[in-house]
Amino acid sequence: MFHRESGYYKTTYAKDMALYPMPVARWTVAAIVLLLCIAPFALHEYYVSIINLILVATVGALGLNILVGYTGQISIGHAAFMSVGAYTAANLAVKLGWPFWATLPAGGLMAAAIGAIVGIPSLRIKGLYLAIATLAGQLIIEWTINHVPAISGGAQASIEVPRPTLFGAELKTQAQLYWFLLFFAALAVVGTLNLVRSRIGRAFIAIRDQDIAAEIIGINIFRYKLLAFAISSFYAGVTGVLYTYYLGIANYEQFQIVTSIDYLAMIIIGGLGSVLGSILGAIFVTLLPIAIRLGMENWGGALFSAADINNIIPNLRLIGFGGLIILFLVLEPEGLNRLWRNIRSYFRVWPFSY
Amino acid sequence: MLKLSGLLGGALAAAALLASSGALAQKKEIVIGLQCDRTGATQTVGVFLCPGYHDYIALVNSKGGVGGAQIRAMEIDHEYKVPAAVESYERHKKEGAVLISLYGTPQTVALTQRLTEDKIVGTAPGFGTAAAANGDKFPYIFPIAASYWSQAAGAVQFAKDRLGGSLKGKKISYLYFDNPAGREPLPVLEALVKEEGFEMRTFAVPSPGVEMGAQVLDIAQRFRPDFVIAHLFGRSPSVSIKELKRVGYPLSKVVSFVWGASEADIIAAGGWGTAEGYYGLQFAGVGSDYPVLKEITEMYKKQGKPAPKEMASTVFYNRGVLIAAIHVEAISNAVKAKGGTNITPNDVKLGFERIKGFTLGGLVPPLEINSYDHEGGGWVQVFQAKGGKWVKATEWYKAYPTLLKKMLATH
Repeated sequence: MFHRESGYYKTTYAKDMALYPMPVARWTVAAIVLLLCIAPFALHEYYVSIINLILVATVGALGLNILVGYTGQISIGHAAFMSVGAYTAANLAVKLGWPFWATLPAGGLMAAAIGAIVGIPSLRIKGLYLAIATLAGQLIIEWTINHVPAISGGAQASIEVPRPTLFGAELKTQAQLYWFLLFFAALAVVGTLNLVRSRIGRAFIAIRDQDIAAEIIGINIFRYKLLAFAISSFYAGVTGVLYTYYLGIANYEQFQIVTSIDYLAMIIIGGLGSVLGSILGAIFVTLLPIAIRLGMENWGGALFSAADINNIIPNLRLIGFGGLIILFLVLEPEGLNRLWRNIRSYFRVWPFSY
Repeated sequence: MLKLSGLLGGALAAAALLASSGALAQKKEIVIGLQCDRTGATQTVGVFLCPGYHDYIALVNSKGGVGGAQIRAMEIDHEYKVPAAVESYERHKKEGAVLISLYGTPQTVALTQRLTEDKIVGTAPGFGTAAAANGDKFPYIFPIAASYWSQAAGAVQFAKDRLGGSLKGKKISYLYFDNPAGREPLPVLEALVKEEGFEMRTFAVPSPGVEMGAQVLDIAQRFRPDFVIAHLFGRSPSVSIKELKRVGYPLSKVVSFVWGASEADIIAAGGWGTAEGYYGLQFAGVGSDYPVLKEITEMYKKQGKPAPKEMASTVFYNRGVLIAAIHVEAISNAVKAKGGTNITPNDVKLGFERIKGFTLGGLVPPLEINSYDHEGGGWVQVFQAKGGKWVKATEWYKAYPTLLKKMLATH
């Protein structure tokens, strides 16, 4: 934040292509990594569990942002892709005894395949029409899981999976699962950062900005749109698998349309077309209800009676959540990410105005 | 990407500060973690059930608590969402909760493994899986009320009694919400078809369950059953009442499972006049005619307040009271056994397994919970919509216990 970018020269191609060309940025990344490594030792299990939920949500939000934010396609069927990943992994883990490092990519790939199929209408239709088409995808997948016992594992439609094991050690406490989730969340972040500045990512952005122009300059729309759906669904599938391992069970009721909408809210609040935005959105949507509750628990007593507080907290949370989405859409359509950029560019030239 | 974890860390630190400032220097208390849904998919239940729970706890506390310790029911609303339920569970654990009052099937399913690993009791009355009644397989999950299996058996038993004591050659329709909870009773119903020799046809209502004209028409005019068993949720029970009434099927030949028989359903269906005759299974007593409810009204009167308006919705309010009462009974069993109030979750588990002969003036069925049977027998009672209120149609009963026991053991 408080640094100058002058006086630093890139003399090789490697330096120019680095993810973080500035030394200060590299130090910041190192500091974040250090903080994340200390976190499970310094924080109470409860806070670790919150971070775990954020980590899972981050992977899902990144995936959805690749599709919605970078490629400009819409999907309200993402929760269904998560359930595809979850059930694929759960079936492989239980029926064939596969370990997590095999079920995780398998779940992702299955979701990618299904996602690419659901994405086929995107070749013809856009916007609202595509939204409805993906909604149909969500409902069809839900129905299929619900009615095919071979997938759902019986009438209850839930499959218990064993905890992930690494070198013979079972990962079961929140702290152990933290490392498990952190690894894949970090992988997802680095993967997305690199994806969006690669040839593929730039093709996605070109399609988002103007698909006809993109086609004219030689981007194969057919391929890249389906690829966007596949990659995005891969992330969603992995989210589903992570979730399954985190909870110890795959259950389709956790991946209903409300979940799809929650993830859309994350990327809208965080910022469309931005990696940082996806992470901030995941953090924000997960923490907001918790923060409102803690605030009311501690200071709400001054205003309301104890019996009322129990009623007010959840309703206030809904109102607050809805209000914030409207506020963001009106005041800062580019989300938290843009807010952060504004702050940063203000301090970049501080104390001058520009 | 940069510096965002600073934000995260800051937010968490702020959260930590907030949390630690709350629970300082209070006298000895026993904490119960209460999960609620007052705003989510099933909020029509939560807005009545949770106040009922709190009122009973307040009543116990006003009488001096359990063994001298006050009970604190810490409510967290999870909006019927699983991540929120996971967070809420961890928070309750941090607060030292000795038992968790779960709410919702997906949430129960998601937390089962963690509860078992942490050895903390979770109760799931009227939802969760029927198989959880088996205490050997699910040592830390307590349904404490009739599962969907017991309800299915209870409904068939009720139909049998209404139809003259034999179901041979009779026809029964099963109208259900097309989700896992709706399909769960099917194995029991199929087993009973064999045992009792009736003909059954199932009619699935797809989510969100507000459109069932075709199914109801099929039931009333083609299949023409002698009895209808309905297992619907949310808005759909009221729709089923309305539709059945419209096509002229007598509602006195319809019995609903526990989530389709509340005052709210009747009102949404068009009022008591429309629903006259409709039967509903219950796992808690219905109506205001129980001593414990009078005590709660008295307690409010002493504080100079009117009785809460939630009390008027007796089906869900009473269920809240029942859940709280069974929890308090388990805790007081634990306190008695331990000889002090410093009980652990495991003591509470043993406390649950000693519940017997606790009926709270008829509001609670004569449960008998032990280390094998966490359901307490699967008791139900049928009430009928009659003259503007729910009227008791049967006493507490448990149906086909041997069949259910056999199915639980092999499931």
